Amino acid sequence: MATIHVDGKAYEVNGADNLLQACLSLGLDIPYFCWHPAMGSVGACRQCAVRQYKDEDDDKGMLVMSCMTPAADRTRISIEDDEAREFRASVVEWLMINHPHDCPVCEEGGHCHLQDMTVMTGHDRRRYRFRKRTHRNQYLGPFIAHEMNRCITCYRCVRFYNEYAGGEDLGAFGANDNIYFGRHQDGVLENEFAGNLTEVCPTGVFTDQTHSDHYTRKWDLQFAPSICHQCSVGCNISPGERYGEIRRIENRYHGEVNGHFLCDRGRFGYGYVNRTDRPRVPAWRSQSKDDPVELDVDAALGHGGSALRAARRIIGIGSPRASLESNHQLRELVGADNFSTGISAPEQAGLERMTELNRTCGLPTPSLRDVEAHDAIFVLGEDLIQSAARLGLSVRQATLARRHDLASKLGIPTWNTDAVKTHGQDRLHPLFIAYPSATGLDPVAVRRHALAPNDIARLGFAVAHAIDPAAPAVDDLDSDMAEAARTIAQALKAASRPLIISGASLGSTSVLDAAGNIARALARRAARGGLMLVRPEANSTGLALMGGHSLEWALDELTGQSADAVVVVENDLYDRAPRDRVDQALAKVQTLVVLDHQYTRTLARAHLALPSASFAEGDGTLVNLEGRAQRFFQVYDPRYIRPQSRIHESWRWLHALGASLHRRPASDITLDDVTHGCAEAHPMLAGIVEAAPGANFRIEGLRLAREPHRYSGRTSMRADQAVAEPRPLQDPDTPFSFSMEGYSGHGRPRQQVPFAWAPGWNSPQAWNKFTDEVGGHLRGGDPGAKVMPLIPGHHDYAGNLPDAFQRQPDRWQLVMMARLFGGDETSSRAEPMQERAEPAHLTLSERDAERLGVSEGLPVGITADVGEVVLPVHVDPGWPDGLAGLSGGIGGGWANGFMVELVPAGNRHNRPAGAGEARPWNG
Amino acid sequence: MEWLTPQWQANLLAMGQALVILLGAVLLGAVLTVIERRLLGLWQDRYGPNRVGPFGSLQLVADMIKIFFKEDWIPPFADRTLFVLSPAIAMASLLLSFIIIPITPGWGIADLHIGLLFFFAMAGINVYAVLFGGWASGNKYALIGAMRASAQTLSYEVFMGLALMGVVAITGSFNMREIVNAQADLWFIVPQFFGFCTFLIAGIAVTHRHPFDQPEAEQELADGYHVEYSSMKFGMFFIGEYVGMVLVSALIVTLFFGGWHGPWLPPVVWFALKTGFFLIFFILLRGSLPRPRYDRVMSFGWKVCLPLTLVNLLVTGAVVLLVPG
Amino acid sequence: MLKWLITGTWSQLRTMGLVFMHSFRKRETVNYPDEEVYLPPRYRGRIILTRDPDGEERCVACNLCAVACPVDCISLQKGEQEDGRWYPEFFRINFSRCIYCGMCEEACPTSAIQLTPDFEMSEYRRQELVYEKEDLLINGPGKDHDYHFYKVAGMAIGGKDKGRAQNEQEPKDVKTLLP
Repeated sequence: MATIHVDGKAYEVNGADNLLQACLSLGLDIPYFCWHPAMGSVGACRQCAVRQYKDEDDDKGMLVMSCMTPAADRTRISIEDDEAREFRASVVEWLMINHPHDCPVCEEGGHCHLQDMTVMTGHDRRRYRFRKRTHRNQYLGPFIAHEMNRCITCYRCVRFYNEYAGGEDLGAFGANDNIYFGRHQDGVLENEFAGNLTEVCPTGVFTDQTHSDHYTRKWDLQFAPSICHQCSVGCNISPGERYGEIRRIENRYHGEVNGHFLCDRGRFGYGYVNRTDRPRVPAWRSQSKDDPVELDVDAALGHGGSALRAARRIIGIGSPRASLESNHQLRELVGADNFSTGISAPEQAGLERMTELNRTCGLPTPSLRDVEAHDAIFVLGEDLIQSAARLGLSVRQATLARRHDLASKLGIPTWNTDAVKTHGQDRLHPLFIAYPSATGLDPVAVRRHALAPNDIARLGFAVAHAIDPAAPAVDDLDSDMAEAARTIAQALKAASRPLIISGASLGSTSVLDAAGNIARALARRAARGGLMLVRPEANSTGLALMGGHSLEWALDELTGQSADAVVVVENDLYDRAPRDRVDQALAKVQTLVVLDHQYTRTLARAHLALPSASFAEGDGTLVNLEGRAQRFFQVYDPRYIRPQSRIHESWRWLHALGASLHRRPASDITLDDVTHGCAEAHPMLAGIVEAAPGANFRIEGLRLAREPHRYSGRTSMRADQAVAEPRPLQDPDTPFSFSMEGYSGHGRPRQQVPFAWAPGWNSPQAWNKFTDEVGGHLRGGDPGAKVMPLIPGHHDYAGNLPDAFQRQPDRWQLVMMARLFGGDETSSRAEPMQERAEPAHLTLSERDAERLGVSEGLPVGITADVGEVVLPVHVDPGWPDGLAGLSGGIGGGWANGFMVELVPAGNRHNRPAGAGEARPWNG
Repeated sequence: MEWLTPQWQANLLAMGQALVILLGAVLLGAVLTVIERRLLGLWQDRYGPNRVGPFGSLQLVADMIKIFFKEDWIPPFADRTLFVLSPAIAMASLLLSFIIIPITPGWGIADLHIGLLFFFAMAGINVYAVLFGGWASGNKYALIGAMRASAQTLSYEVFMGLALMGVVAITGSFNMREIVNAQADLWFIVPQFFGFCTFLIAGIAVTHRHPFDQPEAEQELADGYHVEYSSMKFGMFFIGEYVGMVLVSALIVTLFFGGWHGPWLPPVVWFALKTGFFLIFFILLRGSLPRPRYDRVMSFGWKVCLPLTLVNLLVTGAVVLLVPG
Repeated sequence: MLKWLITGTWSQLRTMGLVFMHSFRKRETVNYPDEEVYLPPRYRGRIILTRDPDGEERCVACNLCAVACPVDCISLQKGEQEDGRWYPEFFRINFSRCIYCGMCEEACPTSAIQLTPDFEMSEYRRQELVYEKEDLLINGPGKDHDYHFYKVAGMAIGGKDKGRAQNEQEPKDVKTLLP
């Protein structure tokens, strides 16, 4: 700790910070541009000038840049000093010299850091009489819009894009007055975190193109604290709604999980919520061949109840993309014996293994912030940037953190980014990756081992053995592998905090066992390491903790006619199982009830289709990959703008359906009821109640406001339907109000913040007002509650080592390759995501391609038990022979480990039908 | 026609007169609501109601239709009996006071020898109407209004009576006709100027007219004791106020301005002219004076008007005793 | 005391006299609708949306009028034309809520929204007081004859390239090394 004196008042601050950080943490406002809590200081913009005095007798002092000055003990500064003020006003004035007069048509307007800072410094008159420099813009893809005129050359974009996120196709061009930030030519920004530029850029150079297509100012959006449903990381997001549509997603600061940044799938993949083909009213038909009739709630529930009553046995199929509450309510409806998780058997086995390992491997599961503190990382069988992108970004920071260690030896503070970087050069913490294809983290990895899944497992087992000889050894390892295992083991042993990352991507439990063995070996050495296991979907972890039969079991029960009714919740069976198998099962079913928020092929076959809520219209709890239960809250009520819609959370439908089934009067149910019910029914999930405050939570007797206090158009947005305004919607489930009434300040610490706003801080930089120190934790504590605690004690090594992968002469082992864009069921329905996603393809090694006589781009037919698809070939030089890589997210039951036959599809005009057939809307 | 004895003729005549006076008073009260608005308009440089009929002459009809067809609502929290009773008391007590007014030598309902005392009695009963109305409404504004009204009326009635004692002393009678006749040569305004002043003030106060309308001060009490009243119940309070105005004007004319006495014109015209003058004077008061604070009203009554009345009474008494005949 | 009483009484009587003298003054009100009312050009009545001197919609859907509105009676949605212009996809004013304060006009950066000297907007049905863009948009520039937002702002639109706005240089060639 250090004591600094600001304008004559003494404050206790963290001496390792710079003055700007320290003052912002204290809640003192200093304008700034180039500094960013996650990216440190470069002192480029000269905006944060303050006057520093040598000692208490010094009355002259000198102007310093607060971001480049350490908050050393007994520092005396003045923010309010006249000359410092004038200096800062001049800086804004010169930055504004070339700023175009276009705030009204700028997407940043209203949450613009430059606007905030201009107001803060008091600049309001243009004195410069000469001409403004202009630039031409570039096309940067479907996510990001570019308007170079607005640039103030703070360099934040390239620092984030190149340094933090590892992108290579954005740079600073030109010199002096014509600095240009962009690509060398028009084209899609390649990096998976490019969306963060919209928040990193202090002004409107990089803006959210998907938001611009249905633009609404920040003050007009209705927000709720939400959790990203697009992968298992569980980033905190702040979705904004207007006129019954989600308009954009912004990062919601969470000190442990996502910090300041999101991946582009999470940020831009919300479009499926706004699809016009979504089911919005219940539909019923008694025979599969009839056309469905739209019904109101009571009639639909009545039909559903009597149809289910007539059934001999009801099977319930849940979903890893549905909330715990919905899955639990389904389990209550059909009974635990009849409940299937809706996950395929191999995947579920993997999930169960991961749960077991997380609890018994002896190493804790780190949060994303923790990941960044590890100094040696071994990734087995995961392409993190594709399967859990935000985790990948954290792994990148962990490797870069070596520079901080090196710098601190020279006494260079970590925030002094340029010095740290210059000193560290490319010395990084060791990262080893074992994955068949190139991954986004290769540039920061010591080495990537392109191996088949079995070999990855064997490498892992060998590493474990090299760390702890008590671990089972791998026989007949070739010398290359043995050497690799020794190197990796060396690095992990040398590290103070080694981290093992693995996951479900390759669908191999051996790989998981291998990762578990390394973790146990490290745990026996009492290392402060960690084990991170990546799950495929948003609630996979939670559903594995809840338990249930596999999807195959459910389909078998239905095909075998031991059950004649099935209730499917937010799950497209055709996406998870082969089409014939699902068709067979559903053909035998007398009553098919489907609850979903998307018009899926399963829903299209339903007798009773109930429109359920997506994350934006409903509340629920998810458990992320680190076992953190996090609640997402309803952003808007669809009935406000579309009174005819009947969208409800699945758990609410299922509760009412249960009442109808048992001829009970339908009682009200609230989120708190069902969350408590779920926690009581599943001891492993007891902690989820603590994940967020209940509906009675109040701050100073107030609910929390979903709308900013400037929310406009309240008396007009619905006036075209009826000029009389309805009563503001009531929310029995959450502590939030559907209006601007309620608490929205930062003075009282709170965990659940729908949107960040503080007086004078409209941009995302307002998060600094909500944290205990900039870049720290929310003052009310980071939201969420950890379930899945570590069970102490020694646990035995897994011993079932797989054989080395043998290349088959005429068959290829299928490897599903995770795809960030287009690789998950929901976000791939979003239009910009479809534009951004690369078409599905087949990856082959050079030798295999040669053998088949195909080359890059030629179509190849892939045949397996589940059917056939035709996809263009991508030839990957490093790819192991004998493997066939299939783009993830093509559905249709294609899974890891299948042995497939490959036939070149001679006709080049044959449209690659595979993806099209599997998912017709995905073009 | 044998039953038509002179006694009966007199009875019928008296009944006829009573009916005419009663109707006249009520109608005048009603018409005054419109006249007041027109006059206030005139003095405030605007038009006032002028859309219904020629020059707004049918405004009264429109208002009556409106008020008759309004929902006659009794609040569920009100004391029903008292709530219904009080407007009736208000109207009845004021109308009954007209009994004693002699309009011309031949016109007048009753020639009571305690005429003035009857008026005081009726004015006293009128307080109940306000008190009941305020209490029965079950509304805090109404109650405060009623409290103000009763306190104000009680205070001002004290010297209202005393103010007239000078007149009584000079005349030597409570009978109104005798009082009028005693003014054949000299109106009592001259010997009883201070009596007139205080009676005028007290008259305004007991009818709750501006500037003494604290009981129904709309800005602070949202209409005071009749805040919960609607339709004709409200109408009776409302017309009652104007009937009170007519009554006080007629009394002033009778007691201080020689009643029907006057040259050239017939007595009834003189009486009407004089009364009309005071009615307009009342309206002018409303149009020009602001409403004082409630405590000022009370202290003015007790500290200025009451002593002034007492001095006036003393002097009058002394003069009556010292000057014989 | 006596003086106070006398001056007080005199003051009251004088007031009454002065008020009475108003009987002979001219009336300040007019007999609308029999007589027409004169409204100054800057009167704050019915709201309109204007067009720029070139005849294009002036409104760029920046939402500032909506946020300035104290009764929240304006709602709109931004759209973008082929040539890059922003325009309101819909623009709705609920005149049954409007208080004609003119804050929207104050806030408008493009002179698009203007208040006019017209207050005769009564309707028998409240719903008819909801005006959509087609009810609001007129075919002229309103009070501000010259202002053309896109000629001032730096954004490029069809027909006005980068560097063509007021006080702008030609777009930079980033590939040159010359100063």
